[in-house]
Amino acid sequence: MTRITTDSVTPHPHPDSSPGDDAEGRRGPEPTRLDRRAFVKLGAAAGGGLLLGGGFASPRVRAAEATPDGHAWAAGFQPNAFVHIAEDGQITVWVGKSDMGQGVRTALPMIVADELDADWDLVRSVQADAHPDKYGRQMPVGSASVRGGAWMALRRAGATAREMLVTAAAAAWGVPVSECRTAASEVIHEPSGRRVGYGSLAEAASALPVPTDPKLKDPSEFTLIGTDVPQVDARAKVMGQAGFGLDVRVPGMRFATVVRPAVLGGTLARLDEAEARRQPGVRDVVRISSGVAVVADHTWAAFEGAKALACEWESDFAMSTPDISRHHAALCEGEGVVARREGDASAALGSGAVRIGADYEVPYLAHATMEPMNCTAHVQDDRCEVWAPTQNPQGTQATAARITGLPVERVTVHVTYLGCGWGRRSRTDFVEDAVETSMKIGGPVQVVWTREEDMRNDQYRPSSMIRFEGALDARGRLAALTARVAGPPLGVTDGRSRDRGGVDRNAVDGVVSMLYHVPNLLVDYCRSDVQVPTGYWRSVGPSGNCFMVEGFIDELAVAGGRDPLAFRLEMLEAHPRMKHVLETAARMADWGGSLPEGRGRGIGLVEDKGGIVAQIAEVSVQDGEVRVHRVWCAADCGQIIHPGIVDAQITGSIVTGLTAALHGEITIEEGRVVQSNFHDYPMLRMREMPEVEVHIVRNHEPPGGVGEPAVPPIAPAVANAVFAATGQRIRTLPIRLA
Amino acid sequence: MPKFTLRINGRAHEVEAPESMPLLWALRDLVGLTGTKYGCGRSQCGACTVHVDGEAVRSCTLRLSRVGDREITTIEGLSADGSHAVQRAWVAEEVPQCGYCQPGQVMAAAALLAANPAPTDAQIDETLSDNICRCGTYQRVRKAIHRAAREG
Repeated sequence: MTRITTDSVTPHPHPDSSPGDDAEGRRGPEPTRLDRRAFVKLGAAAGGGLLLGGGFASPRVRAAEATPDGHAWAAGFQPNAFVHIAEDGQITVWVGKSDMGQGVRTALPMIVADELDADWDLVRSVQADAHPDKYGRQMPVGSASVRGGAWMALRRAGATAREMLVTAAAAAWGVPVSECRTAASEVIHEPSGRRVGYGSLAEAASALPVPTDPKLKDPSEFTLIGTDVPQVDARAKVMGQAGFGLDVRVPGMRFATVVRPAVLGGTLARLDEAEARRQPGVRDVVRISSGVAVVADHTWAAFEGAKALACEWESDFAMSTPDISRHHAALCEGEGVVARREGDASAALGSGAVRIGADYEVPYLAHATMEPMNCTAHVQDDRCEVWAPTQNPQGTQATAARITGLPVERVTVHVTYLGCGWGRRSRTDFVEDAVETSMKIGGPVQVVWTREEDMRNDQYRPSSMIRFEGALDARGRLAALTARVAGPPLGVTDGRSRDRGGVDRNAVDGVVSMLYHVPNLLVDYCRSDVQVPTGYWRSVGPSGNCFMVEGFIDELAVAGGRDPLAFRLEMLEAHPRMKHVLETAARMADWGGSLPEGRGRGIGLVEDKGGIVAQIAEVSVQDGEVRVHRVWCAADCGQIIHPGIVDAQITGSIVTGLTAALHGEITIEEGRVVQSNFHDYPMLRMREMPEVEVHIVRNHEPPGGVGEPAVPPIAPAVANAVFAATGQRIRTLPIRLA
Repeated sequence: MPKFTLRINGRAHEVEAPESMPLLWALRDLVGLTGTKYGCGRSQCGACTVHVDGEAVRSCTLRLSRVGDREITTIEGLSADGSHAVQRAWVAEEVPQCGYCQPGQVMAAAALLAANPAPTDAQIDETLSDNICRCGTYQRVRKAIHRAAREG
């Protein structure tokens, strides 16, 4: 099948050109070979979907499938959903995952190109539109851009194409396949010295059956994977040419913003729109499910109109942050549902030589993506087109189909660049706004949330609490630990909780998954139903739980008079990769070496989403302010694709985690979110940036997560360092010194 | 509605807009230059940074009525082909992650280097602290500014 999405690089065949001919009149693939439409399963883990591959549809079918926005066809060879090889040798790789800074438009094509033995200079990357199953799961959440399905699916995509090209060359030369090798987009027959480019083989290869079990490379044979090829979009991004959601421009489109409930869980009780309609440039004011949309000639008029709206909201929710904390503390007094049990923790607590306890707490956090929520939609009678900076292309498509009543195949979703994701863009609330508004006004519209609406209408990282008790034996080893987690599940307001027998998986993640050997361990969970919307926030459960666990582990080490590093290492004998990572970070930092006056160091460690990360922070406290001077970070994320991107993701994760540790707090006052913009929800700025040194452990273990696991350890590393420097124990975030 | 003639990237543009409209929205929605980004609307994040007569200015709070005939340079006008020293250094150091704040970072860095061709770390931190990068590219931003200073 040769359906491809074109951009300006690919010649557009004229829609009326004769069957089988491409735009330049070259003979294309033979028509009506529908029998060759094979289905190739590219790895069950790719969302479990079957990816359509092989064969060629007839030009008639191709024309019928062409979409209205300029999708067109090119001659060549497309053995599967991910790769197309044109007759001029141009290789196009479709990237099913959204790019939010994790570099998928570079890294994913590298995987295909490596197995294909492609000339990287001939490879270009195209962001795929949403499709229910063609690209597997398109959602980059859970650090799953590479790990999980994509890694094997993309390798097989490249290997499949390579095998067909080799077969085509061998047949043309009349030589055995085994005598041929490939390099830099050529098939080479060593004995005769003949070589042929992939482009020349595309047509012949396209007629071959699709191999079901192509041979994959041994990792030692990788030529691109593990190297720092130039990123494909760096230049566009520094020229202002990378198209984000907000940059979409559709002929005739209006600009709109949405005023949502000012109180959590609110509904509109009264609306006076007269003043809003009087604002110059305002065209319409329409009610939509989430609130009120102000439609205008430009974004500024929409914002001014929104300010002029008089809305009254009603809600049953009137809690404030101190109420929520008290409620969670009260839950800790009751019974929890057991999430993990080893040995008999309560008995062992009673017989320990040293016993301590402490309560830890983390606040709600907003995502505050740099690009506020936005979406552009054009709903027509028989179709709907959506442009969205989304981490959830398939959910966006399904949402638009549900709202419009159109079949999914009549909904086209273009995925733009994303100005940060952090999990926020896995939700589709901003898509709903655009689709509904477009339906109401009968034309294309871009809906942009103000920063204030964005911050006050988030699905927040939950506030939660852990009550710990721990006991050491006579030799200062951890003998027993209990951790009672009290907090809301994710999706508490919309019933999307991943509840397993009373335990929300995300709420306890990072506690039950703790790798330390503790002979007597009890983790239980007290579900909170506080109606503040909660959702995925970069690294999810461990973002807060790692701070609390690693803080209390540090307290236990101190209580036993132990070195925090040695105390941890002795509990990691069964986990050599984690032990190695921690030892590496300690070596980088020269743990135990002398420190400048007034400074302290602390450790944070996590295994999260397949990545293992240890961090050591060095801090001082000046005038009551924590200053983080240096961070050493060692990470084992298994096989990595692009070291430069991994380094950037890990350094960036430290910034995310440090922002939360030092500044991050969303507070609630009588049901309203207090913070609204960067002046009262501050971000880490350059003057606060520590010197960060990252070491990536190189191995060929299956790829693990990269974009999230380095977020959780920095908060405890800094908090433990503050204790080392000042003797003051930090048990709540953000860090505030007494 | 009032009319304004804006001098942007060496060309004059006529726009019709309310006096209160910040330059940012005229650039993005009326002139069609979308490289300059909206982040906060209150001079907090620097994503909207442009040059006004060569100085870095937050366009999200600069009203059209206060622009006058000053020369505005946006990311699109910094160079036609990405050849400005800051852009080249940015690509060489692979600074961008998501990229959304990067036009603002680049414009802030270019204005800094125009005024101070060899800034120290402290001077870079001082100036670039007006620009938030949620992805946390700060370390590479600093390196890239030094590279741009070196390679001109």
